[in-house]
Amino acid sequence: MGIRFVLMVNKQGQTRLAQYYEYLNLEERRTLEGEIVRKCLARTEQQCSFVEHRNYKVVYRRYASLFFLVGVDNEENELAILEFIHLLVETMDRHFGNVCELDIMFHLEKAHFMLEEMVMNGCIVETSKSNILSPIQLMDKAS
Amino acid sequence: MNPFSSGTRLRDMIRAIRACKTAAEERAVIRKECAAIRAAISEDDQEYRHRNLAKLMFIHMLGYPTHFGQMECLKLIASPGFPEKRIGYLGLMLLLDERQEVLMLVTNSIKQDLNHTNQYIVGLALCALGNICSAEMARDLAPEVERLLQFRDPNVRKKAALCTIRIIKKVPDLAENFITPAVALLKEKHHGVLLTGVQLCTDLSKVSTEALEYFKKKSIDGLVKVLRDLANSPYSPEYDISGITDPFLHIRLLKFLRVLGQGDVDASDTMNDILAQVATKTEANKNAGNAILYECVATIMSIEDNGGLRVLAVNILGRFLSSRDNNIRYVALNMLMKAITLDSQAVQRHRATILECVKDSDASIRKRALELVYLLVNENNVKSLTKELIDYLEVSDQEFKGDLTAKICSIVEKFSPEKRWYIDQMLKVLSEAGNCVKDDVWHALIVVITNAPNLHGYTVRSLYKAVQTAGEQETLIRVAVWCIGEYGDLLISNAGVLDVENPITVTEADAVDVVEAALGRYSSDLTTRAMCLIALLKLSSRFPSCSKRINDIVRHHKGSFVLELQQRAIEFNSIIEKHQKIRSALVERMPVLDEATFSGRRAGSVPAAVSTSQGDPPKIPNGVAKPTSAPLVDLLDLSSDDIAAPASSGGDFLQDLLGVDVSPVSSQGTNQTQKSGTDVLLDLLSIGTPPAQSSSSALDILSSSQDNKSSVDVLGKLAPSPSAQASTPVGNSSVMDLLGGFGTSQSVPVTNGPAFPAIVAFESSSLKVTFSFSKEPASPQTTLIEAQFMNKSPDVYSNFIFQAAVPKFLQLHLDPASSNTLPASGNGSISQKLRVSNSQHGKKSLVMRVRINYKVNDKDVLEEGQISNFPRDL
Repeated sequence: MGIRFVLMVNKQGQTRLAQYYEYLNLEERRTLEGEIVRKCLARTEQQCSFVEHRNYKVVYRRYASLFFLVGVDNEENELAILEFIHLLVETMDRHFGNVCELDIMFHLEKAHFMLEEMVMNGCIVETSKSNILSPIQLMDKAS
Repeated sequence: MNPFSSGTRLRDMIRAIRACKTAAEERAVIRKECAAIRAAISEDDQEYRHRNLAKLMFIHMLGYPTHFGQMECLKLIASPGFPEKRIGYLGLMLLLDERQEVLMLVTNSIKQDLNHTNQYIVGLALCALGNICSAEMARDLAPEVERLLQFRDPNVRKKAALCTIRIIKKVPDLAENFITPAVALLKEKHHGVLLTGVQLCTDLSKVSTEALEYFKKKSIDGLVKVLRDLANSPYSPEYDISGITDPFLHIRLLKFLRVLGQGDVDASDTMNDILAQVATKTEANKNAGNAILYECVATIMSIEDNGGLRVLAVNILGRFLSSRDNNIRYVALNMLMKAITLDSQAVQRHRATILECVKDSDASIRKRALELVYLLVNENNVKSLTKELIDYLEVSDQEFKGDLTAKICSIVEKFSPEKRWYIDQMLKVLSEAGNCVKDDVWHALIVVITNAPNLHGYTVRSLYKAVQTAGEQETLIRVAVWCIGEYGDLLISNAGVLDVENPITVTEADAVDVVEAALGRYSSDLTTRAMCLIALLKLSSRFPSCSKRINDIVRHHKGSFVLELQQRAIEFNSIIEKHQKIRSALVERMPVLDEATFSGRRAGSVPAAVSTSQGDPPKIPNGVAKPTSAPLVDLLDLSSDDIAAPASSGGDFLQDLLGVDVSPVSSQGTNQTQKSGTDVLLDLLSIGTPPAQSSSSALDILSSSQDNKSSVDVLGKLAPSPSAQASTPVGNSSVMDLLGGFGTSQSVPVTNGPAFPAIVAFESSSLKVTFSFSKEPASPQTTLIEAQFMNKSPDVYSNFIFQAAVPKFLQLHLDPASSNTLPASGNGSISQKLRVSNSQHGKKSLVMRVRINYKVNDKDVLEEGQISNFPRDL
């Protein structure tokens, strides 16, 4: 199991999406999110995209006002996770059309559906954007 | 219709939350929404269930409790429509809190959905199962998942594969059922299925050796072909990432090959060609390509040796390391850490670049580089690397200094070729970052200094110089003060000058100046000040000309508000004024500290290390009846060595700090005092951190010729000011008696709370265990037990371990034992301290079950017993 959690956080440090692949209780999640976000927000553009925190390695990438953070274990390929974040953003872009913070906030369940099609139990399931989006589009059509 | 549930839409709730300006407002909005949702749940409102759950997910993400929504998820999952199920499963995965009852309830719904005719619903159920499945569910649903691995729709197959990973991790026994269907997945063309299939096979190989062997035999050729086809595949828009087809699949395949190639020469041979191809042909100008190269290097490093490939891999890492992209440099450092065990020569070649990375502006890179440098150090390069690191210490960021200092100290301790170099480097570190140095490091330094008699003069002079320039580093001051106290005479006389030294002239007054300045420093903490007082006492004898001045300084502190300092000042003042005769004997140089014992203790006493590393020792307000006077007992421990030795079996060689053998004051109290043996040097430096075990004993000794008054009385006598002391000659004379030290106190039993007789706790034909007890007056429910183990047989016992268990109303804490080897025929003993708190004090007495393990003539022996003959009222 490589991916431990996926977080989307805005510039103010507010969580906009959180998905954990291992069990942490609410209190632990809040502290973990707080610590990691503080660490990542303090870094500059030139610094590398990896931060070590507790026993996690956090790979993060910033898109406009939104930070995407993925916590992985030590065995994971950091560069690949970086690429994965980009794929996630592109997928969301394709669905929402230039995704922004509000899209994710007001369509939280859809963002989760997409993530669910991409990651399961901490592993990447699918990397083709059309495969990821087809069930979601089907559901949109039906409703 | 419920008036609340019809309320806000999801969108409106989110707007309301976003409009909140303070956390309190947000909490209020959430509270209101939660109340409405709860009401809707209890009304069993069908219409808005879907929306309510969506709201709960949002609330959950903000970090508020949402457990009450779990049952709603189950209802939604059980409903027939796809949209309801969709949100229900999502809620289940997000809101679930490992409560097994909920999982049990959902098992049946998932089972039905796994058999559903709609493939999307099957996919939902698989996804949920893969994320939350427990061992029980795994057993129940494994057959369904196994069947779905062959489902017609690839999107179901890929999810079934990942679901299988969860199942075999929860229940490894099930692995063999899945080997054949997993192999079938490797032949698929669909990328999603291939990706998950390869992942499944990798995990199967980890849990089952049978699977690993099977894949090695049957699948390697196929995998190599898949990777080759992928690497050579023409442009495919669906999976293309910056010119490379599906880098994620590349990486999975390389990972799996790594698992198969490890420790298997044939398998490694089969994959050599394709690895070489990937390593040479992959474009390195984009992140995706670099990710593949990185993974490829990892695989080459792990599989069986092939010289050519290794060279290729190290070259790639070298290229990464010199990249301008920080991400690439980071992963290069990361990989070099793994490569160093295989080929340290190759990594050493990049030493200069790595050292540069230690100085990078990026904290993540610095940290990786520092760890790597730490691994690079060996006997040959220790000097140059340490110099580089210490030079950098001067300019490094404040927050990095802690890590850096710890690593430098560790390197210096581990590889130091000679003592002088060690001392030199440590002095540099202390001068640069003394405030970051952990206690055990400077304790170790002092041990090394005492063990280098020919360097005493050199060290004390260097420290004197260092303090002049870096006088704000706490630990540097401590070491300097300690050394000046011990070796002040060498500082003045310029004895043992090494040829590298520039001679300096220091007068006696200059030396005292340094100590006085340290004592008066605003930021000096209790430990430092107490050490200063001791140093002054020592100097008063070494420098007769300054004796008067020192006495003035000491007397000044008699009015200190800090009890510890006040007490010391009073005692030292009386030594200086009234006991000229014994003073010089009293303040002789410390005996050489035994390095082996110190390092043993350091390694063994983890709890002590924790307590010492917590920064400042506790401040001790005056007059509180819990002074940490244990060190003072040690300090003034006048009992002769042969009494002390059995009590502590030589471990506490430092307790005899002042090196005196004055008179046979056979005070029972001192023996019961439980030398608070947390740390040799803490005893020596006599402050603060060791647990306040024998709180009043020192004071009791001081008042030993008096009737058994409470310690508070004694404090009253000793405390306030010189004049008060003069007006209470009783207290004063008691100090005198003791320090004059002859006879009077001999037979007086010392009060140390109520006294308890020692017991033979356990006795067998080969072993005898005795317990002696003492109590802290402040906490009658806590008993301190000193256990002594005696070997009755003619053979030495090694690996001696004592374990004890107590019933629930007791709490037990075991300190490390003084040794784990028990000499034969009673020629010595092991002592170990236990602390028992009795929550039913006065109602129940202690009981304990013990188990003792040891090795005799290479045979393990286990002895067990129950101790119920504790004195009552413990």
